Amino acid sequence: MNEMELLNWVRGPGLNIAVAVFLLGTIWRLFEIYSLGRKQDLSAPRNAAGASGWHTVVRRSMPPPGMLKRSPVSYISGYAFHIGLAIVVFLFAPHIVLIENLIGLSWPALPSQVVDLAAVVTMAAMVLVLVDRINKPVKQFLSTFEDYFTWAVTFLPVLTGYLAVQHLLLPYTTMLALHILSVEILLVVLPFTKLFHVFTLFASRWYNGNANAHKGVPV
Amino acid sequence: MSASLEKGVAVLKEMIDAPIASYFNSCVHCGLCAEACLFYTETGDPKYTPIHKLEPLRRIYEQEYTLLGKLAKMVGLSKPVTDNELEEWKELVYNSCTLCARCSLVCPVGNDIVYMVRKFREGMAVSGHAPEGLIGATTRAIEIGSPMGVKLPAVQAQMKHVHKDVGIEIPMDQEGAEYMVLLSSMEIMNFPEYLGAIAKIMKQAGKTWTLCSTAFEATNSGIQIGSSDLAKVIVNRIVEGAERLKVKTVISPECGHAYTALRWDGANLVGRPFSFKVLHILEVLDEFRAQGLLKTEGFEMDRMTFHDPCQLVRRGGVVQQPRNLMNMVAKDFVEMEDAGKYNWCCGGGGGVSANEDAEELRLQVFKIKKGQLEKTGAKTMVTACANCRIILEEGLEHYQMDIPVVGLTEMIAEHLAESKS
Repeated sequence: MNEMELLNWVRGPGLNIAVAVFLLGTIWRLFEIYSLGRKQDLSAPRNAAGASGWHTVVRRSMPPPGMLKRSPVSYISGYAFHIGLAIVVFLFAPHIVLIENLIGLSWPALPSQVVDLAAVVTMAAMVLVLVDRINKPVKQFLSTFEDYFTWAVTFLPVLTGYLAVQHLLLPYTTMLALHILSVEILLVVLPFTKLFHVFTLFASRWYNGNANAHKGVPV
Repeated sequence: MSASLEKGVAVLKEMIDAPIASYFNSCVHCGLCAEACLFYTETGDPKYTPIHKLEPLRRIYEQEYTLLGKLAKMVGLSKPVTDNELEEWKELVYNSCTLCARCSLVCPVGNDIVYMVRKFREGMAVSGHAPEGLIGATTRAIEIGSPMGVKLPAVQAQMKHVHKDVGIEIPMDQEGAEYMVLLSSMEIMNFPEYLGAIAKIMKQAGKTWTLCSTAFEATNSGIQIGSSDLAKVIVNRIVEGAERLKVKTVISPECGHAYTALRWDGANLVGRPFSFKVLHILEVLDEFRAQGLLKTEGFEMDRMTFHDPCQLVRRGGVVQQPRNLMNMVAKDFVEMEDAGKYNWCCGGGGGVSANEDAEELRLQVFKIKKGQLEKTGAKTMVTACANCRIILEEGLEHYQMDIPVVGLTEMIAEHLAESKS
C-alpha cells in the first residue's frame, strides 16, 4: 500500500468504520450506563439559591477555593489543552469544510496562524500534564496503562495534524493519511475508555448537583 | 468464593445505579480528590486518594455492567474481587474516610465520591469486612437501643438531674407536643448540659415538647457501618415514636450523622415520606430567633470560632443558622479558613470515632484542624455535633492545646434573657 492508497482508505472505508464504531459505541455505552436508573429520593427537599444539577454542570468548570494552588498544573494545563483541542478541532478551516460535507453545517474559521498557535499550546500543555502524571505521587499511583494510552491517542492527531500543515518530517500526503488514521483510532477508542468522560461528565455533574441541591447545598 | 463474599458482591451489584456508573466512567485519574481529603493532605500517602478507596467497587461495576468488562472477566483479564482484597480495603473504606464529602465538592468531572463510599460500605458490612468497633456499636444500637449502651433508666436519671438543676420538669411521652426531642448517646453520657439547655430554651419560647421513651436515641451507626437494614430498624423507632406521639417536628440533636440518618436517609430507609418534619436543633433555634422567640443577653468576650460539622453543613445545608446564632452571643466571632461548605472534617465522622484501629491516623490528620484553629487565634471552639466535640477535645488534648470546645445550643442557653422566662 503506497501513501495514496493509504490516504484513500482512511478517507473512505476507514472513516466509515471509525464513525460507525464511534456512533454505535457511544449510543451503546450511554444506554449501558444510564439505563441503570436511580431511586427516587423520598426525603423532604430543602431549596437553596444556586443549588441545582444545572448549576453544578457549569460551576464545576471552575476550580473550587484553594484547589488551584494545590494542583496548578492540573487546572492550568487542563484548561489549556481542553480549550486548545476545541479550537483546533472545530475552528480550523479544513475541519469545518469536512464537517460541512458530512452534515451540512458550517461556521466561521479562525485564521490558520491562530490555530497553529493553539495546536502548539495544546501539545505543550499535554506534555506538561503527562510529566505531572509521572511526577506527582497521587497521579502516578492512580495511573494505569489506559491513562498513558488515551493520552497518546489524543496527542497523536494534534501532532500529525500540525506536522502535516507545516509540511514537516514526512511528505504531506503520508502525514495527512497518518493524521486521519490517528483521528480514526481516537474515534474508535473514545467510547470504551476514560475518554468517554466527554459525554458522561455532564451527567455526573448533574447527578451530584441534583442530589445535593435536594439538601439545599450548592455544590 | 465464600458465602459472605458472594452476598457482599450481590449487595454491591444492587447498589450500583446510573449515577455510580456515570461517575466511574467520568473519572480521568486526575487525583484532585486527594487534595481535598485530609487523610491525603496530612499524610501524603497516595493510597488515601478518595477514588482509589472505591477500586473494588469499580471493578465489580465494570465486570457486571459493561460489555467490555464482562468480556475481560471471561477471558481472565479482569480479576474478580476477593475476600483478601476487601480486607485490605477495610482501612481505606472505614479508617480513612469520615464520609465528609469534601472530595465530592471538588471533583472536576462532578463525581459524588462519598455517595459511592457509603454504598461500598453496604457490601463491606455484608461480606464481613467492617471494623470491630463499628460492629459493636451497631449491635448495641439494635439490641440495647443505643450505640454506647445507654438505656432508658439512664435518660430518666438525667431527666431528674436536669429537673433539679434548672428547675424545669422534662416532659416524657407527651402526646400532641409540637416538638419531639432526640438525644445522642454522647449527650446523655458526656454532655448532659444539652438537655437542660433545651428545657430552658423551650420554656422561653413557650413551645411544647417531649422526649419519647421508645425513641430517645438519635444516633444511627447503621448508616456509618453501611447497613441499610439495621439503619432502618433504628430509624423506624423514631418514626413510630413520632407518629405515636403525633408530634409536628422531630428535633435532631447536636450530632452530624444522626441528622443525615433521619433528615435525608430516613424516609428512603423506611420507604415512604415522613408525616412529620425533621429539623436540626440549630434550625429550630434559628427559627425561634427569626420569630423573636429566642432572646439572649450578654456576650462572650473571648475570641471564638465555629467548627462546621460536615454532615450538617456540606451534607445537610445548615450553613447560615450557626452564624446567626453565634453572632447573638459572641462579640469576637471569627471564621476558620474554608468555613462553611468547604470546611475540613474533625477527622472522626462516619464511624471513625467508634473505630479503635483508626485512632492513630485520626490524631495524625487532626493537624489540619489544629492549623486552621491556630490561624484564627480563637480561645474557644464552638460546634454543633457531640461527636465532633469529643474528637476536637481529644485532638486538642493530644496536641496540648488548651482550648475548650462547647456546644452552640448550650452556649445560647447560658445567655437566655431571664426576664422573658
